[in-house]
Amino acid sequence: MPDSPTILYCRCAYAQVVPTGVKNEVLGKLCESSASFETVSDLCEMAAHRDPRLQAIASCQNLRIAACYPRAVHGLFQQAGSPLPENAEILNMRTQTAAEITDALLKS
Amino acid sequence: MITHTHRPLRVILYEGTGSIALPTESRAKVMMALLDKGYAVTRSGQGASAVPHDDRSLLVLGAFEGKAPTLEDATGQITIDTRDITGLAPDAIVSLVEKTRGDKPMNEPGKWKPWFPVIDYTRCTNCMQCLSFCLFDVYGVSEDNKIQVQNNDNCKTNCPACSRVCPEVAIMFPKYQGSPINGDQVNENEAKREKIKVDISSLLGGDIYSTLKDRSSAFKSRFSKERSSDKALDERKKCLTKLVGDGFIPADVLASLPSTEEILKKAEVAKAKAAAALAAQ
Repeated sequence: MPDSPTILYCRCAYAQVVPTGVKNEVLGKLCESSASFETVSDLCEMAAHRDPRLQAIASCQNLRIAACYPRAVHGLFQQAGSPLPENAEILNMRTQTAAEITDALLKS
Repeated sequence: MITHTHRPLRVILYEGTGSIALPTESRAKVMMALLDKGYAVTRSGQGASAVPHDDRSLLVLGAFEGKAPTLEDATGQITIDTRDITGLAPDAIVSLVEKTRGDKPMNEPGKWKPWFPVIDYTRCTNCMQCLSFCLFDVYGVSEDNKIQVQNNDNCKTNCPACSRVCPEVAIMFPKYQGSPINGDQVNENEAKREKIKVDISSLLGGDIYSTLKDRSSAFKSRFSKERSSDKALDERKKCLTKLVGDGFIPADVLASLPSTEEILKKAEVAKAKAAAALAAQ
């Protein structure tokens, strides 16, 4: 299914700047679904280390990412040498509700 | 660049054909616990594409009812371990993962905060002020004369001073709380009023402080407070003071702090780098 989205969830585990309630609820809703999804401990930490997995993520088409501010997420990937595709959809767990985010992540 | 990266495992929670799905609550508990320990976890279910695998070993967890399959990478480059988790409680599954990892080192949350500037190149005008402002050589110039973050491990945790003096609001610290330094959208009208110019060579004479204070006094909005030069200078001072004053900083670190002469030298070097890069554009 080439058009299937790739769903990525960032736990922001290295610093508590994403509200715990929101990030737990988003992960809980993803776990309730039958969807496949990817999770990482912290995109900032990966970017700091130029983690090659960022390149693997950025290579995916139809990306949906639950993390923080879109400007920051784009910047992190670019700075790590793996710019995100323009159509990557970034959901902000610092400002959006868990329901808004999971609806966008899991929409067909 | 920080180079101490350790990622021994990519954990796959396999719930496809041949494996029984975990109860939802257990699945969430396992994933939260593994993520909070620093693992990357893939839930393999239905309806979405997976990220291509990388060069790490895979640990495939599944409720295989005692019949964990033996898997091999077709390319022969990646080790794939499978573990049967039938009937295991979430804590036991996490322990199994830890046991499988063994003593291989892994980056773990809580031991370090990923604190470094991230440049928004859609806003950056390559003015090089950050290069001049930072005393810790975090910034550098690329081969094509563009400003870039070259030594992010030199950045002082919780110090966002350079972002406060960036005239284009192009420097973000994603782990910062306040807007727009945290990466929030920039209010263009306020950004225009906030433009300030920094000359590190005036740092020691005090001119920079008085100049920036004068300029910032007119703007007391929330935005201004977050991006004010007062705060930038206060933070820079705080960082230096903390480094100097805290008892837990080793002597060798203390000795590496820029002296007055070094700051002047850095200013000259930064100025020359910036001038060369700008001239080459």
